[in-house]
Amino acid sequence: MSVANRPVHRPLSPHLQVYRRQLTSVLSILHRATGIALAAGALYLAIWVVCAASSPATYAGFQSFNTSILGRLFLGGWLFSAFYHLSNGIRHLFWDAGYGFELKDAYRSGWIVVGVSAVATLASWIVGLR
Amino acid sequence: MNGDLRSPLARARGLGSAKQGLHHWWAQRITALALIPLVVWFAVSLVLMSGADYGAVRAWIGSPVVMVLLILTIAVGLHHAQLGLQVVIEDYVHADGAKLALIVLCRFIAVLFGLAAIVAILSIGFGG
Repeated sequence: MSVANRPVHRPLSPHLQVYRRQLTSVLSILHRATGIALAAGALYLAIWVVCAASSPATYAGFQSFNTSILGRLFLGGWLFSAFYHLSNGIRHLFWDAGYGFELKDAYRSGWIVVGVSAVATLASWIVGLR
Repeated sequence: MNGDLRSPLARARGLGSAKQGLHHWWAQRITALALIPLVVWFAVSLVLMSGADYGAVRAWIGSPVVMVLLILTIAVGLHHAQLGLQVVIEDYVHADGAKLALIVLCRFIAVLFGLAAIVAILSIGFGG
């Protein structure tokens, strides 16, 4: 085996399942999960405008999914993912700029993110389904 | 040797900086910044448009300001998504071939759907 391919045996840090669940780690995992969901949501958005550009019948078919229970859950999930990933993303940008690293601040901003995304999702459900 | 913090083995393995390390990180932040107003605008519009019919939706998409903002939202959003998915793939897929294949696939899908969306928006706005 060449030197370049030889495995390096360095000590490993304890892995995920060793740690107790806490707000900061749950929010971090949720950021990635909502990011993946929004990637799928962006494709859905592209399908939406393509349907709108084709024919009334195609668009009606697309809309019939949106107004179904599954479609409503999907759109509601999209909105929650968008609001969560948006507000937590702003939290990440502050960290990138070097602010809010104290444990107390990380928890406070974390709860703000939870509050903002919950309120924004509920408000858009109420307005959207009126 | 001077100023190099890597171990002799790490240097010998030759897997050092490709001098592009910051580009991905920076592009992800810039697209994130641009998406803050775009996503707020789009989410509010989506909620207000709930229940709009085919004609109303087309009239909305085809208006000049909406065309610009919608194309920006989709293009910047897909770019940001593809950068993020690349990080996720790099974290969890360790086989080199599968990793590269998945990253390239994500890029292809992002470009395909993005271009289809842009053509659709322009055809609604200019076509009729």
